[in-house]
Amino acid sequence: MAATRPIATTRTAAGMATGKLAVWWIVASEIVIFGGVLASYVMHRLAHEAWAEQAAHTNTWIGAFNTMVLLTSSLSAVLAHQAAERGDGPKAARLLYATVVGAVTFLIVKGFEWTEEITHGFTITSSTFWSFYYTAAGIHAAHVLGGAIIMLIVASAAKKGQELHRVELIGIYWHFVDVVWIFLFPLLYIAK
Amino acid sequence: MSEEAHHNYVRIWAWLVLLLVISVIGPFVGDATGLKWITLVTAFGIALVKAYLVVVNFMHLNSEQKFVSYFVATALVFMLLLFAGTAPDVMKAEGRNWEKPAWIADAAVAAAGGDHGSGEHH
Amino acid sequence: MATQPSAPAHDAHDDHHHEQSFAQKYVFSTDHKMIAMQYMFTGMAMALIGGFFAYAFRMQLAFPGEAVPGFGVVSPADYNALVTNHGAIMIFWVAMPVLIAAFGNYLIPLMIGCDDMVFPRINRLSYQIFLLSALILLASFFVEGGGFGGAWTIYPPLSSKAQYSLTPLGATIFVGAVGLEFIAFLLGGINFITTAMNSRAPGMKLYDVPMVVWMIVVASILFMASVGPLIAGAIMLIMDQQLGTAFFDPDRGGDPVLWQHLFWFFGHPEVYVVLLPAMGIVAEIITVFSRKKLFAYRTILYTVFGTGVLSFTVWAHHQFISGIDPRMANVFTVTTLLISVPIAEMVFVYIATLYKGSITFTTPMLWALAFLGEFIIGGVTGIFLGASGADIYMHDTYFVLAHFHYTFFPIAIIGTFAGVTFWFPKMFGRLMSERLGKIHFWGTIIPFNCIFIPLFVLGMGGQHRRIYDYSNFPELAAMQPVREFATIALLFMLAFQFLFLWNFFRSMFTGPKAGKNPWNSCTLEWTADSPPPHGNWPEGLPTVYRGPYEYSHPDHDEDYWPQDEAPKEQPA
Repeated sequence: MAATRPIATTRTAAGMATGKLAVWWIVASEIVIFGGVLASYVMHRLAHEAWAEQAAHTNTWIGAFNTMVLLTSSLSAVLAHQAAERGDGPKAARLLYATVVGAVTFLIVKGFEWTEEITHGFTITSSTFWSFYYTAAGIHAAHVLGGAIIMLIVASAAKKGQELHRVELIGIYWHFVDVVWIFLFPLLYIAK
Repeated sequence: MSEEAHHNYVRIWAWLVLLLVISVIGPFVGDATGLKWITLVTAFGIALVKAYLVVVNFMHLNSEQKFVSYFVATALVFMLLLFAGTAPDVMKAEGRNWEKPAWIADAAVAAAGGDHGSGEHH
Repeated sequence: MATQPSAPAHDAHDDHHHEQSFAQKYVFSTDHKMIAMQYMFTGMAMALIGGFFAYAFRMQLAFPGEAVPGFGVVSPADYNALVTNHGAIMIFWVAMPVLIAAFGNYLIPLMIGCDDMVFPRINRLSYQIFLLSALILLASFFVEGGGFGGAWTIYPPLSSKAQYSLTPLGATIFVGAVGLEFIAFLLGGINFITTAMNSRAPGMKLYDVPMVVWMIVVASILFMASVGPLIAGAIMLIMDQQLGTAFFDPDRGGDPVLWQHLFWFFGHPEVYVVLLPAMGIVAEIITVFSRKKLFAYRTILYTVFGTGVLSFTVWAHHQFISGIDPRMANVFTVTTLLISVPIAEMVFVYIATLYKGSITFTTPMLWALAFLGEFIIGGVTGIFLGASGADIYMHDTYFVLAHFHYTFFPIAIIGTFAGVTFWFPKMFGRLMSERLGKIHFWGTIIPFNCIFIPLFVLGMGGQHRRIYDYSNFPELAAMQPVREFATIALLFMLAFQFLFLWNFFRSMFTGPKAGKNPWNSCTLEWTADSPPPHGNWPEGLPTVYRGPYEYSHPDHDEDYWPQDEAPKEQPA
């Protein structure tokens, strides 16, 4: 698809490419969205010692595995960027597909994890701890899914050697999603 | 130069995985020694380090224009501000003319059950 | 990408072709000007709806129990829904789309000299999501139970529990519509910020950017930084409403005050989000019609940055009597009183711009001056409310209502009329009628004051907000004539708006043709055709040589010096 880009998009008075500027803006706005959820959670968790009993039932091993999956997917994303920088579109696309595999793995594992927890009676309403748990992880999972979909779109263009700069951009977004999980993991799984 | 960068990324990833392992082990150590702060440091301290590694090495924040770091920092500062302004109200279980029954109950549980074990059940 | 050729190109890829279908040109356009028009007309339509709601509930207040012509009898539930949706519509679906999205989309590329926004398709998507949010909000009136009536601030547990709100479906749809509107503006904000930062014309330094562009950019930044926690809160609220979670239920481990904090952490910066573009519009107008440079451009700029930061530290002044920690109330009183300083300073700077200027009282100038006068009243009365001690009495009274109408009305209505009457020639290539414009002006301003000055009095007398029939309160019943007076003034004001609509639509089709620069202004948008074609300057984008307000420059013959006019003597 030949994108007819306005001249405006190609200017760089701020010293960086427009797309990259936009992605960092998106990251900043997502920081305040997740920040709101996590700040609310932390306030509640600190004041509800009794939630420790509920929190004990989150599965640290699954959480750790998922963390590992996301960290590895970040690696493949940044390697994809490197390939794109060298102009190797097909390789970048392959690495992006690997990242998507990581995203899907994460979501599937989470699906099993939640099914396990729900069938044991830990539903979203059984305690406000679980409300926060499902909500925070759920919003994160929605961003994983959204990121994976965009990544597929970027990869299909990269495979043909087109729009390679977008590989870096979706990568930045992806790393941010990873960083959110880096904080969610201890909050929900370790520091119970 | 690209090959070095390649190895660099993999090295960073290896560090991240190692830190992950430490953070998972942390609570066991914390429980065994009874020092709760070990759990907190390994959990959140490591999270901060991991986040830093990802942001600097994978997102290349350091090689971007300075103002990008300021955007991100500002967003984080605002979140601290939100916490500082909201927590004094949300974390209180009762005031002059109001109370939150479930919070009072939970605080009582904490006071009673806080002596034996640090509330960690694994 | 190839530059736009001056002769129409018959290029297969080029969808900016004469023969764009109606749908391509008007419905699915990616051109920033068309998207701006879409936002503007949607905002104006929503303003008619919001205004109609005000008409209905004010008629109920003045003549309780009597059937309102065009609406019927206003039941208590009706009243609550009217008041709630009037507030939400005016802020989210009128002020924001018109001031930020319409003027921002229209002006930013034109004023910084580029051909479109940097992400035209995201721009189009933002409008589509915005339109969807408006339709969803309107749909909420037709579902079982009716529209949400728990105030635009949506406090739980009134908003979270169906047993209290009586509008379980309406409440969720309302919150959903607001959330979607936020997403639309987050997307729009990406365009405003990146375009203004990156796509400036060659030679346009940051201090050569017209003030209104800066204001809209800062407003977008404030919006983006403050709305996140509320989006989180909205998700939590919808879950409380529909899934039975207890985020805001104190009986089960939640806290309703958390919602208040999340809401107002956004809600206060939001008022500056709408204020700044209005002040920017006023700045553009007063410079043109006093033929004078903007006094202390950099000071205004730094003041705006400071105000923006400070606006994040004042939010709990909306919660003084909610049971918040009194020590925090101290902090927020201090910050709230502090923030009046930079805003007042900006008003002084604007007055300094006018001082010794060569002033022409065109319709836009009348609106701009009215903004300053009316906003001062709004700002000054805010100080009473910012002091927590006084606020204990005045919170939730009509004093608050009069205060925020004296700020919001100048922002949303006066600012809009100022901007529309000023940029109409550029947008439509024709001039509006000055005579009708002035009659409309006086017919709006005089009734406006007649509506809201009495409301200050009512508030001081102890009249609480959000009550549908004051005849139930013997101590307030004596003030009924005041309520009637205010309502009748509103009827006059609404009648005069039809004059504006007539002027607007008639001039669009049969007004006298305007040239490129009917006001002899310096900024770049006036160098494009009226209206500008797709790509804005098909013959080539401008280069900038000076600041945006070089009026009455001693070194120049004309009393205005356009930004893109090349210097006459080229140094060898």
